[in-house]
Amino acid sequence: MPYRWDFTSVLANWPALAVGALGTLRIFAICLVLGLGLGLIVGLGRYARRRVLYYPATAFVEFFRNTPVLVQILWFYFALPILVPVEISPLAAAALGISLNSAAFSADLFRGGIQSIEPGQWDGGRALGMTYAQTMRRIVLPQAVRRMVPALTNRAIEIFKMSTLASVVAYVELLHQGQLIASLHFNPIETYSVIAIAFFLFLYPLVRATYAIERRLARGD
Amino acid sequence: MDTPVPDAATLLSVRGLHKRFGALHVLRGVDLNISRGDRIAILGASGSGKSTLLRCLNFLELPSAGRIAIGARPVGHETRRTDGSIDVRYREAELVRLRQRVGMVFQQFNLFPNMSALANVMEGPRTVLGLSRAEAEARAREELARVGLTDKLREYPARLSGGQKQRVAIARALAMRPEILLFDEPTSALDPELVGEVLHVIRTLAEEGRTMLLVTHEVGFAYHVASRVVFLAEGIILESGTPDEVLRHPREARTRAFLARHNEFNF
Repeated sequence: MPYRWDFTSVLANWPALAVGALGTLRIFAICLVLGLGLGLIVGLGRYARRRVLYYPATAFVEFFRNTPVLVQILWFYFALPILVPVEISPLAAAALGISLNSAAFSADLFRGGIQSIEPGQWDGGRALGMTYAQTMRRIVLPQAVRRMVPALTNRAIEIFKMSTLASVVAYVELLHQGQLIASLHFNPIETYSVIAIAFFLFLYPLVRATYAIERRLARGD
Repeated sequence: MDTPVPDAATLLSVRGLHKRFGALHVLRGVDLNISRGDRIAILGASGSGKSTLLRCLNFLELPSAGRIAIGARPVGHETRRTDGSIDVRYREAELVRLRQRVGMVFQQFNLFPNMSALANVMEGPRTVLGLSRAEAEARAREELARVGLTDKLREYPARLSGGQKQRVAIARALAMRPEILLFDEPTSALDPELVGEVLHVIRTLAEEGRTMLLVTHEVGFAYHVASRVVFLAEGIILESGTPDEVLRHPREARTRAFLARHNEFNF
């Protein structure tokens, strides 16, 4: 007997899904800013020649790149409050895990982007009397980031999808709401299909938008 | 060889300058005095250390040994190593201030590709000198007019010819109002038909009495524009004097050989 698809029970729960979607967008926004921001800082450390900057940055990257995000989230949620007396919300634990992992991966994107800029650009800035920081901020980074747009888009997509990992600590996002609906209405096929489609509908326009940005940036070259 | 004695007019003096890149000993003891209004052409075969010498003068390369003084003040401070030899350390803040006074124009232009010609020239005054946008723009327009690019203010480097790019780069250096201009083979990357417009700009600057050092292969230009010609070979100044002395009556065999190679097809 072929399976008869029935989406009514899923769609009837649209308010729960909407709440989940908001939760997904919220953690995505937080992790995008924290992950890429921290990634830039760590990436500058990885690029630096000074050991006090290079070694800690490298240790950070290697640690968070080589441990699973899921384990980090669980560790921040269940282990950290036992070790130090802090209350940690599901959002904080999940955002921390995803952001640190993303920072580790994007750090090397930033380092690679900075390294790809011709030495002549540094000469050009420094010959004007710019400091290292000014040359980096005004001359090198803007060009590096422009080259990094495709790679950063991939990072953003990863972060968006990693937000589903927050469901393990009962953070209210799309997957968490889906699990709830599926268990209440015994409709996992329809529910998880809807969740998957919802992710696609969020991400695809985002990707198209970054293509447009890439084309706009390319015109300057 | 002249023995340089710094006096009140000396803008920049170089003493016993050495530069090593690992095992490669590029500069082997260069002494040079640059006075206000000097137009010094530096000639020499490729690999003789011309560009390295120029890059040491604004500390894009740090000297391995020797001292460079701007005005009467030596750059960097001496520390004594445990074996008694002298080590010179350079502070970033001091070098940054120095580079504001020494402008540089590169063979490969090194324009900022993500900025218009106007923004390229405004960048130094804005970021380094802290001028307001309006002041920086006024200055940039003035310098771009000086190099004849009033109609290219909004163009990006990718849409400019090599000669136009180099003129933007000259305007960019001028906008910092430097006391000394360093030209590192400014026409070597240009198509032959674009060399003239850049040399014309440099010549105008020379006629304004600006102090400049020019690394070049344009022997004829050096002859007509320089006040002094320095011939570099294997990291030392082999010969130095007026253009007439060095280019027409060279004392050293290697200078003669170099000039013969460069005049091979002059007729």
